[in-house]
Amino acid sequence: MTSGGMPRRMGRSEAASGLAMISPTASYAILLLAAPLALIFIYSFLTDGYLEIIRTFTFANYIEAWTNELYRVVMLRSLMVALAVTAATVLLAFPVAYFVSFYVDPSRKSLWLFLITIPFWTSYLIRVFLWKVILGYNGVVNSGLLGLGIISEPLQWINYNVGAVVVTLAHAYAPFAILPIFVALEKIDRSLLEAGQDLGESRFMTFLRVTLPLAMPGVVAAVLIVFIPTIGDFVTPQLVGGPEGRMVANLIQLQYLKLDNYPLGSAIAVSAMMIVTVASLFFLYLNRRYLRGPGS
Amino acid sequence: MRGGWFKVYALVYLVFLYAPIILLPMFAFNDATVIAFPLSGFSTKWFAALVDDPPLHDAVRNSLIIAVTTAILSTTLAVFAARASTRYRFPGKAGLMGLIMLPLVLPEIIVAVSLLSILLMARIELSILTVILGHVLICTPFCIAILSSAFQSLDRSLEEAAYDLGETPFSTFRLIILPLVMPGIISSLLISFTISLDEFIIAFFLAGTEATLPVYIFSQFRFPQAVPVIMALGTILVCLSILLLSIAEFFRRRGLARSGAKDTGGFL
Amino acid sequence: MTVKPTMIEFRDVQKYYGDYHALRGINASIRAGEFFSLLGPSGCGKTTLLRTIAGFEGISSGAVLIDGKDAAQIPANKRPTNMVFQSYAIFPHLTVEENVGFGLRRAGLDKAEMGRRVGDALAMVGLTGFGKRAAHALSGGQRQRVALARALILKPKVLLLDEPLSALDKKMREQMQMELIKLQRQVGITFILVTHDQEEALVMSDRIAVMFEGRIAQLDDPETLYRRPKTRQVADFIGTMNFLPATVLSDTPDGCEVEVAGLGRCRIAADQAPPGGNGEETTVGFRPETLTILYDGQAAAARETPGTVEEVVYYGDMTYYDVKLDGVRAAVRLSMRNVPGRPVLDIGTRARVAWSPDALVLFR
Repeated sequence: MTSGGMPRRMGRSEAASGLAMISPTASYAILLLAAPLALIFIYSFLTDGYLEIIRTFTFANYIEAWTNELYRVVMLRSLMVALAVTAATVLLAFPVAYFVSFYVDPSRKSLWLFLITIPFWTSYLIRVFLWKVILGYNGVVNSGLLGLGIISEPLQWINYNVGAVVVTLAHAYAPFAILPIFVALEKIDRSLLEAGQDLGESRFMTFLRVTLPLAMPGVVAAVLIVFIPTIGDFVTPQLVGGPEGRMVANLIQLQYLKLDNYPLGSAIAVSAMMIVTVASLFFLYLNRRYLRGPGS
Repeated sequence: MRGGWFKVYALVYLVFLYAPIILLPMFAFNDATVIAFPLSGFSTKWFAALVDDPPLHDAVRNSLIIAVTTAILSTTLAVFAARASTRYRFPGKAGLMGLIMLPLVLPEIIVAVSLLSILLMARIELSILTVILGHVLICTPFCIAILSSAFQSLDRSLEEAAYDLGETPFSTFRLIILPLVMPGIISSLLISFTISLDEFIIAFFLAGTEATLPVYIFSQFRFPQAVPVIMALGTILVCLSILLLSIAEFFRRRGLARSGAKDTGGFL
Repeated sequence: MTVKPTMIEFRDVQKYYGDYHALRGINASIRAGEFFSLLGPSGCGKTTLLRTIAGFEGISSGAVLIDGKDAAQIPANKRPTNMVFQSYAIFPHLTVEENVGFGLRRAGLDKAEMGRRVGDALAMVGLTGFGKRAAHALSGGQRQRVALARALILKPKVLLLDEPLSALDKKMREQMQMELIKLQRQVGITFILVTHDQEEALVMSDRIAVMFEGRIAQLDDPETLYRRPKTRQVADFIGTMNFLPATVLSDTPDGCEVEVAGLGRCRIAADQAPPGGNGEETTVGFRPETLTILYDGQAAAARETPGTVEEVVYYGDMTYYDVKLDGVRAAVRLSMRNVPGRPVLDIGTRARVAWSPDALVLFR
């Protein structure tokens, strides 16, 4: 190398080195993520012909997806379930994150986090199925309550419905909600809390006026990270939802694998992504308004 | 007691988190076919049934091939991306990184159907290979998250020092950077292996006739008599994941200790 | 003393980071065997300039010559320079020995020779017996020594030190300053030190380049720099300097006649007053220690001005007084050595302040 190695390359073309470095990963993502997403976007405007896709531009798929009662109900249900799961997960997770951040000895924090994350990594399918076992007609809850004589016949409202979907998903995404909130709480300078109390606020008011606003970015991250994947979850509604608990992923799967209607499946998928995006932007907007005072 | 009611709550919460996992071995060693209380008696017959189940063995083999390949490929791709994003400034960085990290927040069903569409359009036959393509896509962001923190905690002057002492950029990478990020690489390999092994929906769409372990498990849920066997299988899988995760966590912490960085918590 | 040959030469060195003009025409030469410092506030370009010598930073135009050769042709890993980094950059996964011997890997030495060289290097920095230790188990001062040994083992012509003492506490820093001076004399090579600590630069250097905003404001030996700063900025950065407004009455080749507010009319020698026009409104500066408070019974000095003590800062060996001289708006600071028989004065005390025109520096 006559021009001299590192200094030249560092000075002249940091941008080029960076692009070269990222190019394998970026090419992969463009080829296998951006292009496929673009493709289903295009598909959603084409017409389904039996066994083939006819290349005529149409809005018919979207009209079908948004006006057909069947699809509309499922999409609305997905949104509601995702919102319920998000609310439940985040509200239940906050005290745990707060406990680990504020009360657990620093040397044991990572042990707690590890314990919280482990269930998340263990066979999702089997975990979901076990909820079916727990909540089912002959499930753990029912047989337990029957055995104790608390109920005389199995409870039916806990299995094969939307409620079971919410419980199962809330369980599955719990660590997702705890970690971002924990990270945000960890970043809070403890002397700010002392300052709050020093300035005459009660513990509770200090929490409301100092801790909570500072933890908000973590809460929003938790909301997004739970909301987005739950709305598209397939396994849980399939296994524990019953016919009344089907969600948008099941619908997409049905169109793609069973009915072979790619354009309509794509339109539903794109619609789902739109719902996710709009909802996410709404959460971010709320957060920004909430933080308008102290934030940037 | 430190934390008082918070601690009680957190412990109850842990019980909620672990409830299914605790039930798993109870039913796996229960000799009844029906999954319900009360338990009827201890038995290892469901584990024995695993031994004589050729479709299961095929699925395990497929899943292992997929998981190992995915772990290697996604970690390799993540090394490039993590290095690029922590070390260089370049135009379009935010956009490219955003795209690469997108699967982290994209519902997997979307990834699955979009990949299926393009593979069918390109007339690529569904196989183990196509599952790998999908799994690499969703594992890479996790690997990047792990490796970025490993690369981030590298003091840039370490590279300069090696270069200053006569090494080439390549030997600097080999002698200094690689050993220092090695714990991160190992934990990235283990995490992506675990994710791939456990992933269902993409495999369900892209595996064609070559079922992976989760796809096989899913198919067995239809047969009530197969469920105890699945419980036994699940018990083994849970133990395996916990083992792998513990190893990953060990290496992650060792990496932090080596570079003297502060522990900021879990993998995510 | 004979002038030593030039080791490093900067010829109109310019450096841009995008639109940011980091180095704005650096011209200087650094001599072989000299302890040279680049001194300035953060962001003045001193570290950038040091890194152009090491080769970690390219330059936009001009030339850097190392031992007469254009450095642009030599990549960083082939330059006869080695660096001690601000963070020390000790390889955390290697032992002390492996760190120190790192640069010898390519020299193709046998094990025994390698061990001997590493041992010598460790002995030189006072770390004999530390070879097998893990790098991360060292204290700040020890890491510093390892970094020194590692850089010196390749026998470079120039050792570059990037704020090497800034991470150490005050005691340790002062001790390391002395050790570095001794080490430099012992190995006899050029040391180039980057620092923002003016005291450190004054203590250690043969010559100092004071930099502001990408330019060298003044390059001189410590004493000249301290006593005859060329600009107010340099004067202000190095030590404490009092400034008073002054009017130039007449300017001749051998000095100039000025009217200084509060002090009156006096003559400043040519080497302390750059040439300029008559009638100019300028500033004169003087160091705190050039003023003396005369105690009752001390004989009158040639020049003295009455004033009132406004502030007293006691330092043990010294006391600093802010004294408002009659007829001057702002107080001037002066320092007095605390010796028996000279009690520390109280605020509000009237005092006679003696001064000398020899200590005045005129700034244009």
